[in-house]
Amino acid sequence: MNPVDNAFILICAALVMFMTPGLALFYGGLVRSKNVLATIMQSFIMLGLMSVLWAVVGYSLSFGSDIGGLIGGLDFVFLKGVGMDAVNSPADNLPHLTFMIFQCMFAVITPALITGAFAERMKFAGFMVFSALWLILVYAPMCHWVWGGGWMGQMGALDFAGGAVVHMSSGAAALCCAILIGKRKGHGSTAFIPHNLPMTILGAAILWFGWFGFNAGSALAADGNAANAFVTTHMATAAAALSWIVAEWLHGGKPTTLGAASGAVAGLVAITPAAGFVTPMWAIALGLGAGVICYGGIMLKNKLGYDDALDVVGIHGVGGTYGALMTGVLATVNAEGLILGNGHQLWVQFVSVVATWAFCFAMTFVIFKVVDSTIGLKAGPEEEDKGMDIAEHSETGYQW
Amino acid sequence: MKKIEIITRTFKLDDVKTALAGIGVKGMTVSEVKGFGRQGGHKEVYRGAEYQVDFVPKIKIDVVVEDDFAAEVVEAARKAARTGEVGDGKIFVSPVDEVVRIRTGETGEDAI
Repeated sequence: MNPVDNAFILICAALVMFMTPGLALFYGGLVRSKNVLATIMQSFIMLGLMSVLWAVVGYSLSFGSDIGGLIGGLDFVFLKGVGMDAVNSPADNLPHLTFMIFQCMFAVITPALITGAFAERMKFAGFMVFSALWLILVYAPMCHWVWGGGWMGQMGALDFAGGAVVHMSSGAAALCCAILIGKRKGHGSTAFIPHNLPMTILGAAILWFGWFGFNAGSALAADGNAANAFVTTHMATAAAALSWIVAEWLHGGKPTTLGAASGAVAGLVAITPAAGFVTPMWAIALGLGAGVICYGGIMLKNKLGYDDALDVVGIHGVGGTYGALMTGVLATVNAEGLILGNGHQLWVQFVSVVATWAFCFAMTFVIFKVVDSTIGLKAGPEEEDKGMDIAEHSETGYQW
Repeated sequence: MKKIEIITRTFKLDDVKTALAGIGVKGMTVSEVKGFGRQGGHKEVYRGAEYQVDFVPKIKIDVVVEDDFAAEVVEAARKAARTGEVGDGKIFVSPVDEVVRIRTGETGEDAI
């Protein structure tokens, strides 16, 4: 066990924890004021629900002894054998508890990311059951496949901090949910104007800040790899914020603050799988592409006609996919991508992308259908009119 | 007595207030309102999605004055609020039956 690494990863875990309330503000500002609390709640309460589920069973399914490359065993349920020393720890430089709690924060934020897709029209009770099932049936297997000794990791797929596990998985789930739950009332005729963009910008800034823990911490040590991941994360994000506003300036007319914030998040998403495998200069190139491609990604919903309210598909789905593929192209640090002549890596990345989308979409479909037909997921038209804050929580965000 | 409602651009509030105070208007009520007329609304863009915002923010100033003072007040307000562009707003004049000052119980023109 290395005390310096331990200190660093504990701090990183706290940074990643802070991303979830950051996401709550990012999403909260984008909805109409009558839905601000319900939207914030759907992220915030994941800190409660996912943390408990993770300790009880999620961690074990993700990092327990491998069963056929598909899922972890039940060795660590109720944190049995997860202690203060490094015994059985997947990272032998860290106390097992440190590794577990760092991973816990990833499990918290991933289901919260999906909530942007069904914002402003989801019932709370159904949402909680949906999210719990999603952690166990989608997140835990994905996490095991990539980081827990499962088949994707064995195949050599590169995913430094969660391009597939966190972003593609939530993006695919978001697409499925947006299609199944249907459009918000008045979609196409009513203006869905964000009620508080300063709140959204603050949320994006908190995400950016917390993401240093997410990506640099994924080096699982306080070493040079962590430094590289820190710098690549920052550079890609900076570049994507710039390229998004340039794209909308050229395409839509004006550079917007929402565009700058969205571009930053797109850059953060895209660099996530690549953070430890690319150089800072290639990170800038990757980020420049991310801003433009995700700007295109959010246009998809208008073309295809689904109501992904807060653009989870366009930013996390498209950005995560782009990042995973570009990792196969630009990897030169501790891995070899296409630019070093290793075309096989790009193929492996491609296989992981297809498998992630297919598995997460299909499994989310099943979970959604089951919960919808038992508990019910979509709010009625009257509730939607009143707003989810009053209808689901009996409170309002603002008293003026 | 007449009630004069002046609906105009928000940034003209100070000009109108100063002009009316200058000719002896002793009080007014101001509200923030929204509406549309010939000016129409404006376009807003969020993540590439364009929305037409129909209702434009305006300021409404209510003044009640004696009958023979009304024309002067209307003209002063019109001059102060005018920019010459579409969207300057409107002035409505209507009769008022009674005014009561709550503190003293005075009525009619004494209460203005």
